[in-house]
Amino acid sequence: MSEGNGGGPLLKVDGVSVRFGALVAVNRVSLEIQPGEILAIIGPNGAGKTTLLNAVSGFYHPYEGRIIFQGQDRTWLKPDQVAALGIARTFQNVALFKGMNVLDNIMTGRLLKMKGSFVLDALYWGPAKRQELEHRAFVERIIDFLEIQAIRKTAAGRLPYGLQKRVELARALAAEPTLLLLDEPMAGMNVEEKEDMCRFILDVNSEFGTTIALIEHDMGVVMDISDRVAVLDYGRKIADGPPEQVRTDQGVLDAYLGVGHD
Amino acid sequence: MTSPVRELDPERDTFPKLARGNAERIPGKVAVREKDYGIWQSYTWADYLEQARLIALGLASLGFDRGDKTAVIGDNRPQLYWAMLATQALGGVPVPLYQDSIEKEMQYVIDHAEAKFAIVEDQEQVDKLLNLKAQCPRLEYVIYDDPRGLRSYAEPFLLSLERLQELGRKFAQDNPTYFEDQVAKGRADDIAIICYTSGTTGSPKGVMLSHRNLILTARNAATREGLRRDEEVLAYLPMAWVGDHIFSFSQSILLGFAANCPESAATVRHDLKEVGPTYFFAVPAIWESLLTTVMIRIEDAAWIKRAMVHFFLRLAQRMERERLNRRPVPLWPRLLYPFGRLLVYGPLKDNLGVRRIRRAYTAGEAIGPEIFVFFRSLGINLKQVYGMTESSALISIQQDGDVRLDTVGTPIPGVEIRISENGEVLFRSPGVFQGYYKNPEATRETLEEGWVHTGDAGFIDHDGHLRIIDRAKDVSRLAGGTVFAPKYIENKLKFSPYIKEAVCVGQDRPYVTAMLNIDLAAVGNWAERRNIPYTSYTDLSQKPEVQDLVGQEVVRVNRSLSEEELLRGAQIRKYLILHKELDPDDQEITRSRKVRRRFIAEKYAPLIEALYSDADRVAVEAKVTYEDGRTGTVRADVRIREAELEGVVGVR
Repeated sequence: MSEGNGGGPLLKVDGVSVRFGALVAVNRVSLEIQPGEILAIIGPNGAGKTTLLNAVSGFYHPYEGRIIFQGQDRTWLKPDQVAALGIARTFQNVALFKGMNVLDNIMTGRLLKMKGSFVLDALYWGPAKRQELEHRAFVERIIDFLEIQAIRKTAAGRLPYGLQKRVELARALAAEPTLLLLDEPMAGMNVEEKEDMCRFILDVNSEFGTTIALIEHDMGVVMDISDRVAVLDYGRKIADGPPEQVRTDQGVLDAYLGVGHD
Repeated sequence: MTSPVRELDPERDTFPKLARGNAERIPGKVAVREKDYGIWQSYTWADYLEQARLIALGLASLGFDRGDKTAVIGDNRPQLYWAMLATQALGGVPVPLYQDSIEKEMQYVIDHAEAKFAIVEDQEQVDKLLNLKAQCPRLEYVIYDDPRGLRSYAEPFLLSLERLQELGRKFAQDNPTYFEDQVAKGRADDIAIICYTSGTTGSPKGVMLSHRNLILTARNAATREGLRRDEEVLAYLPMAWVGDHIFSFSQSILLGFAANCPESAATVRHDLKEVGPTYFFAVPAIWESLLTTVMIRIEDAAWIKRAMVHFFLRLAQRMERERLNRRPVPLWPRLLYPFGRLLVYGPLKDNLGVRRIRRAYTAGEAIGPEIFVFFRSLGINLKQVYGMTESSALISIQQDGDVRLDTVGTPIPGVEIRISENGEVLFRSPGVFQGYYKNPEATRETLEEGWVHTGDAGFIDHDGHLRIIDRAKDVSRLAGGTVFAPKYIENKLKFSPYIKEAVCVGQDRPYVTAMLNIDLAAVGNWAERRNIPYTSYTDLSQKPEVQDLVGQEVVRVNRSLSEEELLRGAQIRKYLILHKELDPDDQEITRSRKVRRRFIAEKYAPLIEALYSDADRVAVEAKVTYEDGRTGTVRADVRIREAELEGVVGVR
């Protein structure tokens, strides 16, 4: 799915820093995401993981450095432009439309793909109807894929937390992303829900070829599903490599066990 | 009474031949639907036969011989019904398995049945089969329908159904008449299916049923019940269960009506509403859960609606009881009933999806009379059926207009019933099974000169209706000599929306005691409305408020027992709420939700002893088996409570 840059990385984060006033949340981080891989970004609380994700998806703009997606500089794009390029994400705190049902929530993920004409849409006629049906058919495939048929017509706000997370993933998938950013997809889930989510993430990766970058705290999950792990600590990248290598890295152990930073 | 059909036309004496007939006579009529991607996808009889043909040819290309077995595992899917027909077309035998079986159970059946092929639904089942394949040397190929998650699986014996059908297409080029020739070779007395019974004791037994067994039984029952080609059934019960096989496969093919496969197990309630079946079968547990849903919703309604609903439900139930007891219904309720239909019964039935039902059945376990009356009072033609796998599912059915509370009806055409000297029900019919697969000893025990021992205690009443009391080996007496029929009391307990399972103990004991499971959904809802916090089933079950709630239900049962002379002395003296739900994975109940009494008596022996001591609580630790086969322990402090007895003299 990631053609057009001749075998290079899908996403390249090049020396990116993000500052909030005097606070440097992300400090000259460089990172590459290869097409088709699952990259886990880990690190202690406040390490700058979410900030980095926000910079990639255009919520924040870096103070220095460049973000290159599919070979082109994307540093200064706004969130909707980033989404239009094929980068979708989910949020640490579920951000669904609580009053809307699951189906409609997922349909919002298709909005960028819809070509609207106010009058035709209002009349639900001709191309507007055809378009609606096509998008609905696509969304149904995702509903089937994530096994949420039973809650299709349930208001998102009434669902248990684990299912809300799954619906959020569905909405992100509805945008047919090339790169999927997942911010703590398994936070607050029980073991069974985590296992389900792991399976869905792996299935998304293998069925759709979607490249995935995820932030996760559960080390078991990270070691199981990711091809590569990048570790952040105090805004810096301190390790990057295959899970088994990162697991034994002294710098990583220090960061997690709390060796003093001077 | 209509005379039973006993002989078969050789052109229509197997299911593949019947399906071929449908594809010729009614090719455009819908045979099976499946809700997929949110839409009901339909397949006609022409599609049905063509799909089965391609599967059969694909199997043939992989070396399927006559007599080979195909294990079929998954939720009800058109593809799996086709796989069964395809297997039969090649002179093979489909062996459906319960899709939620754990590996060990699955391994036993696959190995025992000597299945050479397995056709399964998805990755979940494939994973189980890959793990057990080493122990099942005869299993050669595993074929799956849904490819999701299986892309990276490289096992050479694993292929998709699509690929199998492709192989079939190629095979057909060199062997254009192969399928037709194989179908023509089929005979009425070939084995059509082996159903493994979940069995309350011992290892599962493979019940062999021939095409003749199934066709004659399906035909005779359909004639008695007046089934038509335009019936709609919901194919939602496990495919491994003979009941589903007779309704969704045998009768569907025989009469040409449509079977509708739900989208997933979780959407059945919703799909029921969309399909609106005309012919519907459910085990008592499902009727109970439908009733529980209704009751919860009523409790959540505004008081004025609630009052109206209760008023009309009571009215209808009183009328239905009069009718069932053959007493005249007074005039004023008859005048009010149409208003009830307009305001309550109609909308309620519509909401449940049971409005179009012409015939509904319950079997498998005795149904609580209160549940039975409830659904009948709404105007649903709910009837009791009696049968077992060994009889090709059906033995007796209550006839329209001759429905009673406590009987299982009269024998269907072709079935003879006899009661043995020790009170056991025996039957003889064209549906009598061909024996247990590779188990002649068990066959000899059950099948004597054409008569099958059902293992049920019962009698035939003066109207010719069969009445079942309990499992023959379960009816016993208390130490004082009072008749103790545990299931009868348990069913009364289970009518309460708050009680999900009940196990009564009392044989050779001074009094009756009960171990209960609360219904987590209903009691949880009740607790939430009263702001009672809880964390888990175990926690909720031991809350004093919940114990009080359940206590009231036990007293209600005692009151109802006190009204029956024979059982007055068998009221529940003490009860406890179990700290975990009875679960088929822990072998406490069977997959069709029958209590395994003996196993429970052993497993919960300390609890039972405590019920007959002065203790008011007992600490327990129980092993539980999770769905993936791992085990864990649950610890809890279980309280023992005493219940009030009603109108009893001289027991205390």
